[in-house]
Amino acid sequence: MSANGNLLEVKNLRTYFETDDGIVKAVDDITFQLKRGETLGIVGESGSGKSVTNLSIIRLVPNPPGKIVSGQVFFNGNDLLLLSNDAIRKIRGRRIAMIFQDPMTSLNPFMKISRQLMEMTELHLGHTKAQAYAHAIRMLETVGIPDARERADSYPHEFSGGMRQRVMIAMALSCEPELLIADEPTTALDVTIQAQILELIKTLKRKTGTSVILITHDLGVVAGMTDHVIVMYAGKIFEQAPTKELYAVPGNPYTKGLLRSVPDPTDEQGKLYQIPGLPPDVAHLKPGCPFAQRCDYTQDICTREFPPFVQLNADHYSLCHFAREVYSESGGIS
Amino acid sequence: MATEKKPDSDELIHIGPEMAVAEADLMPGEVGRFVHGTSLWRDAWRRLLKNKLAVFGLVVVVIVTISSIIGPTVIQRVFGFTPDYIPSNDPRLTQSFPPFTGPNGEFSWAHPMGTDNAGRDQFARVLQGGQISLFVGILATLVSLLIGVSYGAIAGYVGGRVDNVMMRIVDVLYSLPYVIVVIVLLSMFRSQTPRGQLILLFVAIGTVSWLTMARIVRGQVLSLKNQEFVLAARATGVSNARIIFRHLVPNTLGPVIVYATLEIPQIMLTEAFLSFLGFGVQAPLASWGSLAADGIQNIAVFPWQLIFPGVTMALTLFSLNFLGDGLRDALDPQMRTV
Repeated sequence: MSANGNLLEVKNLRTYFETDDGIVKAVDDITFQLKRGETLGIVGESGSGKSVTNLSIIRLVPNPPGKIVSGQVFFNGNDLLLLSNDAIRKIRGRRIAMIFQDPMTSLNPFMKISRQLMEMTELHLGHTKAQAYAHAIRMLETVGIPDARERADSYPHEFSGGMRQRVMIAMALSCEPELLIADEPTTALDVTIQAQILELIKTLKRKTGTSVILITHDLGVVAGMTDHVIVMYAGKIFEQAPTKELYAVPGNPYTKGLLRSVPDPTDEQGKLYQIPGLPPDVAHLKPGCPFAQRCDYTQDICTREFPPFVQLNADHYSLCHFAREVYSESGGIS
Repeated sequence: MATEKKPDSDELIHIGPEMAVAEADLMPGEVGRFVHGTSLWRDAWRRLLKNKLAVFGLVVVVIVTISSIIGPTVIQRVFGFTPDYIPSNDPRLTQSFPPFTGPNGEFSWAHPMGTDNAGRDQFARVLQGGQISLFVGILATLVSLLIGVSYGAIAGYVGGRVDNVMMRIVDVLYSLPYVIVVIVLLSMFRSQTPRGQLILLFVAIGTVSWLTMARIVRGQVLSLKNQEFVLAARATGVSNARIIFRHLVPNTLGPVIVYATLEIPQIMLTEAFLSFLGFGVQAPLASWGSLAADGIQNIAVFPWQLIFPGVTMALTLFSLNFLGDGLRDALDPQMRTV
């Protein structure tokens, strides 16, 4: 563990994809930290670089075309990007585990649930078959699969989406990792199951003390789950703040737009707000702010110069020429 | 018709809520027992059984296989002669008899398919030929499975330049006229013993028959490797070799099994063709091809020498093809989604 208590430190991470259309800067100079036991939310539209950031952390960016161009990822003080392939493989699943978006496709359709769970602990904890099987059943019970003993030998297609996601969580947590990366764990599930799964992650996090990175495009999910939030747009961090602060006093026009587009149940008649326009084509970014074309605050400078990363508060940063104005307009005092 | 059907649908509507109540009465634990496992294989098996031609094929293949394996031994126990037994002590017997005929033209059970020119029992020889034909077909297919599946899976998974080089090698081998390659191999290394010749035949057929398998598996792996479960496996620290052989290869089994069942008759046909030309199995061993080659010389006088091995082979090949087609329908990936 590094001296400052950070489990994970990502510094100036850049991941580019070389496509026929040019170089796509999927993740462009990202820096953030995660303290042990904390939950970090990463929010953003599709294609904003959320998932690529996290695939970069465990070095699973598809290569080619993807490539981690520069940066450092310190996990307990060790730079993961410098490790050998064997060494990183020992960390994947054992110390950093991942849950994926679509539980329908992230389990191997030809392997029994029990086998897939056993693979984890046999690989990382050196369990024998019997130990691994007992552990698999214990994990299934932990994540709330009824009749775990009988169902362990089913195939994934015999499980519903919510149950499969529970299996994925069981798999991810079976080696008690220090960091759990949940990449949109509830996007493919319906709302009631979403709530159950989030509650489950929350409970298990409390029990095991695992740090969590929660990637989502649902601001509602972030609000209830996280300590810190990062808002990403076009491969950049647009705003970074403690969760409460971000919701109360957003310091970035993009965050404000996102917060406005969350449906408000007390105002049923009104039309749902929508940020105008579409996310930019990251292969052909114009100079200046990537959000300039869609922003209410746009002035000449926005299309000319890339915005600065302004510190608004002890823990609050925003990427905008007018960060301070937006911040004080929201009611924040810097 | 429409009015006749109405009561049916009424009944269905009526039954619906009752079923729901019945299910709701069950304890959560009990539901599990009722919906218990229909595995993918069991589903496929059920679909296969619905296909009459495939079942016919399966039955014939099983009968031919079993009787080829135990037939020669049984004949030896019952009638006292082996497939290569030539009754040389009695010149009256060293000639070709028609089916069900004894040495004096009387009815006899001893030779239900007649005898060949040397007086060897044709039935025993056809069964023994079946042994060799099936053996060659199955073993060469296994060899092509082993090489083809690993080769294709590795090429597909690794991708990039490795894939390119590996598949170009396959293309080059493909472009060689493969029967000629086999014939060249067989005549270059012509072996003195019949058994040596048989081994050579395996090697010759095996080296060229894995190419299509490699292509099929590579194609499957290419489409599978981008699925999320592979990423999930990598994210749990599983090694590449394990991902290929434990996660990807089992997922390609459907098409592989289908192709393998269709490859067995193809290889048997090749073997028969080579034996027919005299490159394959040598006497005193027999295969359906070499029996047919012997028979065709006497087709005008002793037609049973060609008819029996020919018909047996045709029936077996038909059946294997029916079975393969049935398996393809049963294992159709389109039907696999639940």
